[in-house]
Amino acid sequence: MPKPKVGLYWCASCGGCEEAVVDLAEKILDVVAAVDIVFWPVALDFKKEDVEALADGELTAAFINGAIRLSEQEEMVNLLRRKAQYVIAFGSCAQLGGIPGLASLSDREGVFQYVYGQAPTVVSTDGVVPQTQVAVPEGELKLPEFWDKVRTLDQVIDVDYYLPGCPPTPTVIANALTALLEGKLPEKGAVLASSRALCYECERNETKPEKVSLTDIKRVWEIIPDPDKCLLAQGIICLGPVTRGGCDAVCVKGNMPCTGCFGPLDRVHDFGAKGLSAIASLFGSNDEAEIEALADKIPDVTGTFYRYSLPASLMFKSRAAPTKGGEQ
Amino acid sequence: MTTKVTVDPITRLEGHGRIEIFLNDAGDVDRAYFVIPELRGFEVFAVGRRAEDMPQITSRICGVCPTAHHMASTKALDDLFHVEPPPAALKLREMLYSMFMLEDHALHFYFLGGPDFIVGPKAPKGERNILGVIGKVGVEVAGQVIAMRKELRELIAYLGGKVVHPVFGLPGGVAKGVQKEDQERFVKAAEQGVDFALFTLKAFHDLVLANKEYVDLILSEGYTHRTYYMGLVDDQNRENFYDGKIRVVGPDGREFARFSVQDYVEHLAEHVEPWTYVKFMFLRNVGWNGFEDGEKSGVYAVAPLARLNAADGMATPKAQEAYEEYVKTLGGKPVHQTLANHWARIVEMVYAAERFLELARDPEITSTEIRRIPTATPTTGIGVVEAPRGTLIHHYDTDERGILTRANLIVATQGNAARIAMSVDKAAKALIHGGNVDDGLLNMVEMAFRAYDPCHACATHALPGQMPLLISLRDAQGNVLREITRGD
Repeated sequence: MPKPKVGLYWCASCGGCEEAVVDLAEKILDVVAAVDIVFWPVALDFKKEDVEALADGELTAAFINGAIRLSEQEEMVNLLRRKAQYVIAFGSCAQLGGIPGLASLSDREGVFQYVYGQAPTVVSTDGVVPQTQVAVPEGELKLPEFWDKVRTLDQVIDVDYYLPGCPPTPTVIANALTALLEGKLPEKGAVLASSRALCYECERNETKPEKVSLTDIKRVWEIIPDPDKCLLAQGIICLGPVTRGGCDAVCVKGNMPCTGCFGPLDRVHDFGAKGLSAIASLFGSNDEAEIEALADKIPDVTGTFYRYSLPASLMFKSRAAPTKGGEQ
Repeated sequence: MTTKVTVDPITRLEGHGRIEIFLNDAGDVDRAYFVIPELRGFEVFAVGRRAEDMPQITSRICGVCPTAHHMASTKALDDLFHVEPPPAALKLREMLYSMFMLEDHALHFYFLGGPDFIVGPKAPKGERNILGVIGKVGVEVAGQVIAMRKELRELIAYLGGKVVHPVFGLPGGVAKGVQKEDQERFVKAAEQGVDFALFTLKAFHDLVLANKEYVDLILSEGYTHRTYYMGLVDDQNRENFYDGKIRVVGPDGREFARFSVQDYVEHLAEHVEPWTYVKFMFLRNVGWNGFEDGEKSGVYAVAPLARLNAADGMATPKAQEAYEEYVKTLGGKPVHQTLANHWARIVEMVYAAERFLELARDPEITSTEIRRIPTATPTTGIGVVEAPRGTLIHHYDTDERGILTRANLIVATQGNAARIAMSVDKAAKALIHGGNVDDGLLNMVEMAFRAYDPCHACATHALPGQMPLLISLRDAQGNVLREITRGD
């Protein structure tokens, strides 16, 4: 039987997902033995034409990381969708928009104005900004379109499975590959990691009180936390209770709180709203002024609760159609 | 009739960079453009965020060098909150950083840029990769490279929680220290690291320097540019990755400027071109005079070659030895040959490993005093490190709550952007005459920018070692005259 063919691809991302694959270390040799990687721009010699030449559905799986920001990314993922039986959104950016998804707080115009004009080191030459088509003395050059908003992969194409994390850990990746190869994939749409909250796999969970009561909220630089005790119980916003497990609580092992990169648990439609309501429910006061004072200790609600998931939020989902420069 | 040659990594949708070469009627190169089709706007969405989140948010600029962004950002936070970390925290940061530099440079030498030399610039394309490297150096060595990378990355995760996007740095210190019983593991890894770096240096001697053809290639004019050079130096002008003053030397090697990063805006500026999303760095006090060599052009270079030019030497003994040999062999300083970056990178591996060992042996790294809680009101913070790919600056302004009101990032690869564009142009001009574009162009062009350790725009580019290329020869109407692809 021929080996199943798989492809790996990246969109608006940082390359950390690729590093996570390389961090499979010696296990990557098992992967190469079990599948034919026919498309992986990071490591292998390939052509877009090679993908175009594949029969529809010839790829068993396409693993796509990164959010969708540019016109060319959209074209490429549509091509991969046609060629692959399964499309797996790989990592926070593809699943939820990720940190680059925070750019949806602004738009094309806002990004261009600052990056190419107002930044303190830019020496502006008559307001020059990059253009999608520009005439140079020798001819014409082109750049891909920069859309106003960032989109998740499933806002652009149909997605079969999700691998969470920024980046997904090697263990999560290895388990997903095993499930794929053994034909043990769950129901379509599943997130391929733990279905329980992070707290359950956290070493500090036993120090977490039955009912956490937040009477003060500490920013991470304001406190030297006890390295053995639940961070939430020490007043640090840790998103462990609402975040999907599977990472082995690595950030907490680094003595820092979970910031939610593994995203929501099943049946949660808006991760940020879930996190916000979960934390607010722990406020240990019924006094309006005290509650307000506590809320003031979380000065950036968007960045705290929607750090990885803004484009997937209910608020931004409806704006997911691609526009550029003031188009509606 | 103008002919356009497009050298297009098929990965162009992911911002690997695209090369557009315009030929004139005679079939010679008018101009080659290096285009970066990638932009994410981190500086814009940084506004409104909590300052303490920046080391984690900005690490997402690059998953290959997250540690560099994380550290530049953490240092900017010290400055922002006006807090000096305790000595143990500084040592831990520099130790983690040295491990990262060693691991990242090794990755480039063995997996990415090195195959051109280890396997050979004219070797069959199918062998010019890590597998070809294994064939040359042997399975045992390859296993050693993989094991070294794994151990270094596990130790980075020990301190940073995660190796890709660590959670280590805080204003005034670090989140986690080294337990006494674990110090020995760090020492052992560092000892192995020194051996590994010296082995790599020897491999470079045996495989590259012993081959006259390669040495001639390194020294050839087609890969040479005479620009300014920049790098961090300590108080004795020795190279430093973690801290110090930014020093700039001119094309003649003389010191042009030496300044604290807090003054970077007075010295550095960015130029915008309409045909690429990347901004080009230049020296403000020289000015932007186009993509030109020489002392009248503000173009400067960063990364290993530039750092060794900007410094007077290395702070550790074996690295100093390697540095002296490098300078002597290449005919004195400054070294202008772009391909010498590969050698300079290995000299830096030796330094990173030796510095790692010094710090791993330091009894203070097991101290529990690793944080100082800031008490002053945050205002403006600027931090710098030498990323593997060059000088990296983070600058944040905040309100009194420490919420960002403005951010400016001078990313390492931007510092080389102009010189990379010039290198590609020069390589194309040196190679293409009379309209003859042969397969050799592919590798010549690739080598011209691969030497810089291609992480273009330090954005979405992980490990772009084998950059698959397609060259289309088109006439003015856009008809494809000829196509050349690697592997044909």
